[in-house]
Parts: sequence; structure tokens; C-alpha cells
Amino acid sequence: MIKLIEVSKEFKGRQVLQHINLAVHKGETLVIIGGSGSGKSTLLRMMIGLIPPSSGEIWIKDAEISHMPERKLDEIRLSMGMVFQYSALFDSMTIGDNVAFGLRQHKKLPEAQIREIVAEKLRLVDLDGYENSMPSELSGGMKKRVSLARAIAFEPEIVLYDEPSSGLDPIMAAKIDDLILHTQRMLNVTSVVVTHDMNSAFYIADRIAMIYEGELIALGTAEDIRNSTDPRVREFVLGQSRQKGEMSR
Amino acid sequence: MLIRYLEKLGRYVINGLELFGAVMLLVGQTIYQLRHRPRLKHVFVQMSHLGVDTLPIVALTMLFTGMVITLQTAHEFIRFGAQSTIGGVVAIAVSRELAPVLTGVVAAGRVGAAITAEISTMKVTEQIDALKVMATNPVAYLVVPRLIACMIMLPLLVVFGDVIGTFGGWIVSTYYAGISSFTFIQSIDAFTVAHDVNGGLIKSVFFGAVIAIIGCYQGLNAPEGAEGVGKATTRSVVGSIIVIFIANCFMSLILYR
Repeated sequence: MIKLIEVSKEFKGRQVLQHINLAVHKGETLVIIGGSGSGKSTLLRMMIGLIPPSSGEIWIKDAEISHMPERKLDEIRLSMGMVFQYSALFDSMTIGDNVAFGLRQHKKLPEAQIREIVAEKLRLVDLDGYENSMPSELSGGMKKRVSLARAIAFEPEIVLYDEPSSGLDPIMAAKIDDLILHTQRMLNVTSVVVTHDMNSAFYIADRIAMIYEGELIALGTAEDIRNSTDPRVREFVLGQSRQKGEMSR
Repeated sequence: MLIRYLEKLGRYVINGLELFGAVMLLVGQTIYQLRHRPRLKHVFVQMSHLGVDTLPIVALTMLFTGMVITLQTAHEFIRFGAQSTIGGVVAIAVSRELAPVLTGVVAAGRVGAAITAEISTMKVTEQIDALKVMATNPVAYLVVPRLIACMIMLPLLVVFGDVIGTFGGWIVSTYYAGISSFTFIQSIDAFTVAHDVNGGLIKSVFFGAVIAIIGCYQGLNAPEGAEGVGKATTRSVVGSIIVIFIANCFMSLILYR
């Protein structure tokens, strides 16, 4: 479904990602983990064509998108959805209009049907009845759920999640994890989730990829990652760096 | 010393040309996106937001500008026995220069700043990326309606500015300088031709485009963070005003030769 071949990215002379080779299979949930600034969000953004790679190829289904003109890229994007780290809801629109945005832009559906779809997607994320609220009236967790409803309104084949549980309390974070799993099962979407929350990663992942200083250093099932002998993976998974820090204090 | 000065000058020129090129690219993209019919609802929303809401400040500016220009000139005209020309002079000054330029400057401050602040906030909160992800071209969705709205609304504001500015002149000439209403209106009729007003309107269409394009460009290219929004907004207002003054000079040369 998604294939990255030798993908590298450089920002102002700084190598952010180096020679990434990765394939995401249809219907699976791949979780990308890594510390802050490791390049995982950049990788996610490259998968949907928001950032072009400096070198390498990115394949979405049967199309190589890294040097594709924006107009053609838009056709690919119609089969993808993305949940942003800070939700990225249009703050001048109601929740209903946010969820309906893609439908109104690209599908010539009657308004009644659009409203029906919006209500259904909001019900799916436990926010029925919020159509006329403004994003500023919602909590962080609710905004994330609206962002998810907006991402799946178009029934995409691929959904990308950028730090879906960051900044949320543990209960809300668990709820978002359940929603990711539920969406994946209900719609059989391929999901790529970027996170540094290991509990969330182990809970939702079919496979986990770890990025460390711009390199892909581990790829496998949750079990593989848990049992990894690579000290960099173990340190991240077990949070040993923090423990070490606390001991030395 | 001289080399360093030349290097600095060269850097300014290169930066200026780069900026000009980038703005022209946005102009090209906007013209390209005009091939799709823009959503009228979006255009009307922008027309209301950018045009109608600017009317009070334009009215206030032009009323007092018309008043003060008459205040400064009325006694001189009377001293030289040319009181019968005051209405015409005020109307020509207002319609050719003052209304288009001052409306442009006021709109750059109010409308240009609003456009940049809104779009740059959308950029820093990833809303522009969200548009792209939903296969919506940000230029078509954000720039085109604003450009059309500004190009329609600025001339309309200038028409109001012309009327209100001349009205301000009439108030002062009648109640302060003691010139009769008949003389003032007769003078407008005798000296002013349609081209005086038309030229001002042509200028304002261009100024509207300048405000929209520079406002959108600065918004779409705003540096990250809250500070970036502030910087982009300032650049937008300053840039628009500079371009308006320079363009006004050349357009006056061409239009009123």
C-alpha cells in the first residue's frame, strides 16, 4: 500500500532522514516510534506529499508521488486521510462544516446526504450532536476526535495519524487508541501512526518501526520490539534514559 | 569598505528580486486557478468581510481629508479670486489621487493585515496542510476569493470615498469659507470629467489586487510561531503601502498624461 525506497531528507544541510526503506501493507496498522526530533513526523508528512524527499521514492498504491505535480497528487490524496498533532481544525467553521469539508469540495452530494454522513462520522467518534459547535468550544481530546471524523469522512483507504494521543490525559489517550483500532476494523483502512507513547504503540500496532536519529533501526511486531536487544530500542521502550537520569541525580 | 557596501547592496537587490519572483509566482498560480469558477459564497463572504466592514474607516478618512484640503486651500483661492474653482479642485484631487491612495492605504492596514493574520495563523496551526491533505489547493481556496473580493470592493469603496471626500470639502467651503453651494457644485460640474473618476477606479482595482496578493503571500510564507504571524502582518501592510505609493505615481503618469 505504501512503500518507501531509500528515502532521505535534508533540511538546510541537516540530514533528518537517511535511507529509509519501509513498506506498509494493506489493512495493517504500522506505528512509527522515535524520540522528539528523530524525523518520524517528517516521514509521515512525506507519505502524503506535504514534504518532498531529498532523494528516494515514495509509492502510494501504484503511484510514485515524490515528484508528482500537485494536481495529480490531489487525486492520490482523495484516498488518504490525516489526523494532525494539533487537530488542525478550520477554526472559522463549525464542527459539522469541518467534517463535511472534503465531501463538499469533491463530491457532488445533496446537502441532506452530507449532513447524514457528518452525523454518522461524529457518532462514530462519540460526538453526536456537536455539528453546530465551534472548534474553540471543544477540549483537546474532542478536537482530536473531530479531526479523526474529518479524516474518515471520505472513507479513505489510508489514514495517517501524527501523535494522536499527545497532550491528552491517559483516559482520553486510551479512547483515541480504541478509535484508531475501531476505525481500522470497521473501514479496513491502512493506518500509519506516529507516536512516542509506547503503551499506545503496543496496543494498536500490527508492526512497529523505530526511527533513531533519522535512521530506521528496528522494524517488527510489538513482541519483536519488546524483545529487541538493540540498546537504543530498549532504552526507548523501557524509558531507561529517564531512569538513568533520575538515578544520577 | 566599498566592497562590503557593494556586497550588502547586492544582497538587498538579490533578496528583493527573489521576493518579487516569489510574489509573481503566486500571481501566476492565482491566475491559473481562476480557470475554475470560484465558489460565489466564498467570494461574497470575503466581499462583506473585506469591503463592507472597511467602509466606516474609509468614510471617516475621506470626510476629514476632503475637509482639510478645502480648509488649507479655500482662503488662498478666495485671495486670488478663484473661489469658483474650489469645488472642481477638491473633486479632482479627491477622485484622481486622494480617494484611491488613501482608501488603498486604509485597506492595506485593515484588509491586508486581516488577510495575512488569518492565513498565517492557518499556516502555523497546520490548517493549510489540512487543506492540502484534503486535496484542496490553498491558492484556489484562499487566494482567489480574496483577490476577486478586493478587486471588486476597493473600487466601490473609492466611489464612496469620492462622494464623502467631496462632501467634506463642501461642508468646509460652505460653512467655513462662505462659498455658496451653487458655486461649489457648479465648479465640480465645470472642471471634473468622467476620466478623473475612472482613472481613480482603475488605480483602485490594481491596489485591491496588490493588497490581496501581498497579504496572501505574506500569510502563506509566514515564519513559524506567534511571532511569525506578527512579522508577516507587518510586512504585508508595509509592503502593500510601498507598492501602492510607487504604483500610484506611475499609474498617474500613464492615466493622466
